Amino acid sequence: MTMNTNILHITNGSRVSVAQIPVLDYEAFRATALELMGDKARHCVTYFAYPCADALRLIMCIADDAAHDILVFACDVEKGATLASAAADCLALERYEREIHENWGLEFEGHPWYKPVRDFMPNKYKFFEMEGEELHEVGVGPVHAGVIEPGHFRFICNGEDVLHLEIQLGWQHRGVEQLMLEKKRLIERVLLAEGVAGDTSVSHSTAFATVWESLCGFQPSQEVLWARTLAAELERMANHTGDLGAICGDVAYQLGAAVYGRLRTPIVNFSQRWCGNRLGKGNVRPAYAPYAFTEALKQQLLGDLAAYERDFLEMSDKIQHFPSVLSRLDRTGIVKTEQAESIGAVGMAAKCAGVCRDTRASHPYALYEDLNVEPVVKSSGDVLARTELRIDEIKQSLAIVRLLLDNMPSFDGQMRSAGTPAADSFAIALTEGWRGEICHCAVTGADGELVAYKIKDPSFHNWMALALAVRGNEISDFPICNKSFNLSYCGHDL
Amino acid sequence: MTSLILILISALFFNGIIGRVKSISAGRKGPGIMQPLKDVIRLFKKGTVYSETTGPVFKLAPAVYLASVLVAILCVPFGHKAGLISFSGDFVFFAYALALGKFFCIIGALDTGSSFEGMGASREATYSMLAEPAFFLIMGSLALMTGHSSFESIFAALHPSSPMSWALAVIAAYIFLVLAMVENSRMPVDDPKTHLELTMIHEVMVLDNSGIDLGLIFVTGYLKFAMYAALIANLFIGSIPVGFGIPVFFAVQVLCAVIIGLNESFTARFRMNHNPQFIFTLACIALLAVFGVMLMSGQLV
Repeated sequence: MTMNTNILHITNGSRVSVAQIPVLDYEAFRATALELMGDKARHCVTYFAYPCADALRLIMCIADDAAHDILVFACDVEKGATLASAAADCLALERYEREIHENWGLEFEGHPWYKPVRDFMPNKYKFFEMEGEELHEVGVGPVHAGVIEPGHFRFICNGEDVLHLEIQLGWQHRGVEQLMLEKKRLIERVLLAEGVAGDTSVSHSTAFATVWESLCGFQPSQEVLWARTLAAELERMANHTGDLGAICGDVAYQLGAAVYGRLRTPIVNFSQRWCGNRLGKGNVRPAYAPYAFTEALKQQLLGDLAAYERDFLEMSDKIQHFPSVLSRLDRTGIVKTEQAESIGAVGMAAKCAGVCRDTRASHPYALYEDLNVEPVVKSSGDVLARTELRIDEIKQSLAIVRLLLDNMPSFDGQMRSAGTPAADSFAIALTEGWRGEICHCAVTGADGELVAYKIKDPSFHNWMALALAVRGNEISDFPICNKSFNLSYCGHDL
Repeated sequence: MTSLILILISALFFNGIIGRVKSISAGRKGPGIMQPLKDVIRLFKKGTVYSETTGPVFKLAPAVYLASVLVAILCVPFGHKAGLISFSGDFVFFAYALALGKFFCIIGALDTGSSFEGMGASREATYSMLAEPAFFLIMGSLALMTGHSSFESIFAALHPSSPMSWALAVIAAYIFLVLAMVENSRMPVDDPKTHLELTMIHEVMVLDNSGIDLGLIFVTGYLKFAMYAALIANLFIGSIPVGFGIPVFFAVQVLCAVIIGLNESFTARFRMNHNPQFIFTLACIALLAVFGVMLMSGQLV
């Protein structure tokens, strides 16, 4: 079959008219999806439904990392229709189908497991069960001992060994996508985007801003893109450093926990100095850069980075060669390459399992086109790989930030408007948050108002990677596996 | 009586010193030396909450646990001055008094019916079982060398002038120190400050305890540390006058606390499945000591 000719090829951050998206019948839609997903360079970045006249329109976007474009195609189906599941043949689509089933009531025949994604009745839902005299179940959450978000983990164990882990999320569902449509003011929408996952506010708001600007046909100026790139890299550094501290804390390595915990602070404090918020909220707005980056800020940041780098390199060298830490991290919680590919893992979970998936390199946005980011890829797929990946990415971010500072543009501090969104348009933006690929997608109606807004956080795919990683491990190693992924609950639950 | 008083005094500050060492090495201001004591006082002022699934065993367990350790402490001598309980073979009584307390702690945890506490109980039982041979083998080798069979007479017979006594005392000190860490569920076997139930051993067993009960469990932990450190001190003060013995006793207590604190600051915890190996190493070292003594005293060949 050579259906590829029917499919719309677009680039990251671009807008097309809805009429340009090819509408296939479901049979062809499914076959196209499966055929495209057969290539390892491609993965599905979003697949959603929205009401279109009396029917439901399914839109699937598949990113091609080799050709650096995104393939978009659609299908109209009747409400309440029963369709043949594509997930039955392509596991990476299973959560999308469950989500569409849950949100729009479409049935997917042959779906491997109709488990609720977010709409979850705690006392009615029957968890996966296994029979056996020697097996026991351990339920953890949704209320946890630490100050973290809610999620329920159900382990089936044979003694200390985990046979199966089922993760049930949805406790944080706020209806962000629906609110995006209901809230009509731009500022409300930006705030919603920032709040999708508070620790990734820069990358989520960048994705929103990019979608909005392309809907309006607005090309942001160089300094706006510069500020977004810088903010994204600082966000990456801060979160990776915090995670390294948390990983050390989980293996009870006090020195590492103390040093990394302290090192995160100057980075987030710099963000506060720049834009007034430690997590970078308010720093990204469509069409303009609200906070000018001054020479004084540059000197401050260079000083902070010099102090940071010295201690960071010393501590990282220490943990990478310290037997008592390594024995906990090495060969713990392995995600195999085939597993990462089959579930469509993105970001850290994929890169650590030997799958090179980094939007900054494959679908560059902001200034990444010129920065030529070489993704860090590890092959062992264990906690150690995820630790070392963070260390290497921080080193890479340090270099990027310094390069950006060397080419600092001037800021005029002017407030600008992107204008109004074009009617009947479709726009998509991919950004690489510190966890991985973020996808925001918008469709406007005849009046230029949003009729669909779809958000996908990397955690949407990667929770499955965690569930697979802990199989065959000791249950006491679950916290360290979990921390090494550090996935978002609210980003998944939306 | 001397030993009882000294152990009670040491227990007041032992965990405080560990905490101070950890805070200083992490560059934190940290809580004061008396913080563990303040925690207990705070807990004693609080009410106790019992879950509906627990029965009388759960309520009884903390008290029995504390009592067992107090009884064990009564057996500990101060050098050549016998403890309040002293008879031939008293170290066997000592070990099983402790085991009784642990047994109650374990069935108390099982009484809650929680899967967490069941896991903790199973881990604690396994590690205690693995630690037991180490204690008996090292006490056996000491008994074999000195020809005595009660704490007081064994310690009195350990003479610093004999290199053999020294060697055995150092091995025994190491074993008692690590036993103290294992029995108190400290690093590298367990991490006392983690909040992650799935990796805990002791902490997860007492997850349902609150108020006075939890306070009693804390007190028991402090006492156990001071008790093991007292045993270590005894290895070196058996033949010196009490006046010199007391400063040495406190020096050993502080040294033990500092070593434990440093260990917790600068190493990571073991993977759970390495723990049995580690604890069993103790028994192996003790076994070597037994063979060494038999060889030296001509009982083997």
